[in-house]
Amino acid sequence: MDITFKNVTYIYQQNTPFAHKAIEDLSFHVESGSILAVIGHTGSGKSTLIQHLNGLSVPTEGEVSIGEYRLSKDHKLKDMKELRSRVGVVFQYPEHQLFEETVAKDIAFGPQNFDVPESEINRRIKEIIPAVGLPESILERSPFDLSGGQMRRVAIAGVLAVKPDVLVLDEPTAGLDPRGQKEIMDMFYKLHKEQGLTTVLVTHSMEDALKYADRILILNKGTKFMEGTPEEVFEQKEALQSVQLDVPESVQFLSKFEKRFGHAIPFQKQSVEEIAQTIQQIIKGAESR
Amino acid sequence: MRKKLVEFRNVSFRYGDEGPWVLKNCSFEIYENEWVAIIGHNGSGKSTIAKLLNGLLFPQEGEIIIDGKQVNEASIWSIRKEVGMVFQNPDNQFVGATVQDDVAFGMENRGVPRDEMKKRITETLSAVRMQDYRLIEPHRLSGGQKQRVAIASVLAISPKVLILDEATAMLDPSGRKEIMDTVGSIQHLNGLSLITITHDLQEVVQADRVIVMNSGEIWKEALPREIFREKDALRKIGLDVPFVAILADELKQAGVNLQAAPLNHEELLEDLWTLHSKT
Repeated sequence: MDITFKNVTYIYQQNTPFAHKAIEDLSFHVESGSILAVIGHTGSGKSTLIQHLNGLSVPTEGEVSIGEYRLSKDHKLKDMKELRSRVGVVFQYPEHQLFEETVAKDIAFGPQNFDVPESEINRRIKEIIPAVGLPESILERSPFDLSGGQMRRVAIAGVLAVKPDVLVLDEPTAGLDPRGQKEIMDMFYKLHKEQGLTTVLVTHSMEDALKYADRILILNKGTKFMEGTPEEVFEQKEALQSVQLDVPESVQFLSKFEKRFGHAIPFQKQSVEEIAQTIQQIIKGAESR
Repeated sequence: MRKKLVEFRNVSFRYGDEGPWVLKNCSFEIYENEWVAIIGHNGSGKSTIAKLLNGLLFPQEGEIIIDGKQVNEASIWSIRKEVGMVFQNPDNQFVGATVQDDVAFGMENRGVPRDEMKKRITETLSAVRMQDYRLIEPHRLSGGQKQRVAIASVLAISPKVLILDEATAMLDPSGRKEIMDTVGSIQHLNGLSLITITHDLQEVVQADRVIVMNSGEIWKEALPREIFREKDALRKIGLDVPFVAILADELKQAGVNLQAAPLNHEELLEDLWTLHSKT
């Protein structure tokens, strides 16, 4: 599903002394089937943006459209529930939301709320458990006896069981070790591709944004600071640093290399191996001179 | 001679009498004014080490000695004066109604005089760049800000051993770097033993020594530089290798004759520059 924000402003507690503008005049577009990475500091408006994607917040000004659903102050959705069944949100530390006696019951809770028949729920659980990398034997266990990584997978399975078209991930790898982080991101990437999802990934990790995103949106103080492909965004090293954001390490190194050697190696999402070969040629060039 | 502040002697630990051993026969020593990073995948036993260090848990086998005192039921209160700990989730360690109350809490428990408290509150909050937030209520702070206050609260009681148990995991990269620089400089000023339990590779690079945990055992104990040479073995136990080590490896593969294993960009560039200007 396409997602479009058109001049969206959101004010918390409007017309009170506590009024606070969290998002101001924000416009962007996410093409159906693509991955958008949203990057920004705490307080940059990321969480408010997420809340607009499934109608937890409705714009104070402007319009949000998600597929055929439109959200604006004059156009409240009659069926918010339907939108929420199409947009799955994996919140930060989703394992904190587990509550049922067994893993199977916990995963079933979401689809039950959307009136999915029992037989269909069971079918989906069978399908999702291997997709999130869990053994079927886990289904009858208590979610609270599992490891942190397993609990997170169960929580994610609960979101996937609703079969959303849009997947919103709020720092999905926070608190996991490097292997766990890679496994979870690879899992989402595979699901994204296989099920033709539209994915919004909120992250602090420039490396993940570089690796997985089609486009990157950088927020600063509630407004759009930058938008583009990873190559376009990470070229703007100075601008990013002016809002205390770093570029991925490979890009940092290339820029230091240029300063030292006077040789620019443009960043084109090349692999470390390719970077090494380019450097080798520059060094060898010097030797044969 | 350097003073030994922390010692683990053949420590084994498990939760309950039937559970699997979380730590198996671990022995190591940490000295004053030394920064040791403990790394390992989730469940490798590294956080258990932290909890054993200040008597939140007691080992079934072996002994733990802090500054000459064995950790046991009788000694934990004096041990906890020596060992300051900052955990991953700042929400679980806030007690004060305002930021400055929170920093004061630990000192009040230790009977620090009022004037000294005021001085230390200013010092430690400035060190973590939270001095402008003294009168703010903790729940109004972001996660990163809370964590900075938590670090200030621990620094205020000037412990001899400071443990950061993934304490920077919830901060953004620049915030993380500032915190690490801050604790690094305080460590040297006070001759602290600093123990950072982490996944963050940059924190490992800054340490004097690294202990790598795997499945409850000490897998390796060495200098950061030596650890990162073991690229493939680290990956096998679920850990990551810094970009610079991967690039150095690829450069060698591509036929660039690097001298040493670089730890950071500057070292690698220096090495390349030497090769570059040889001709």
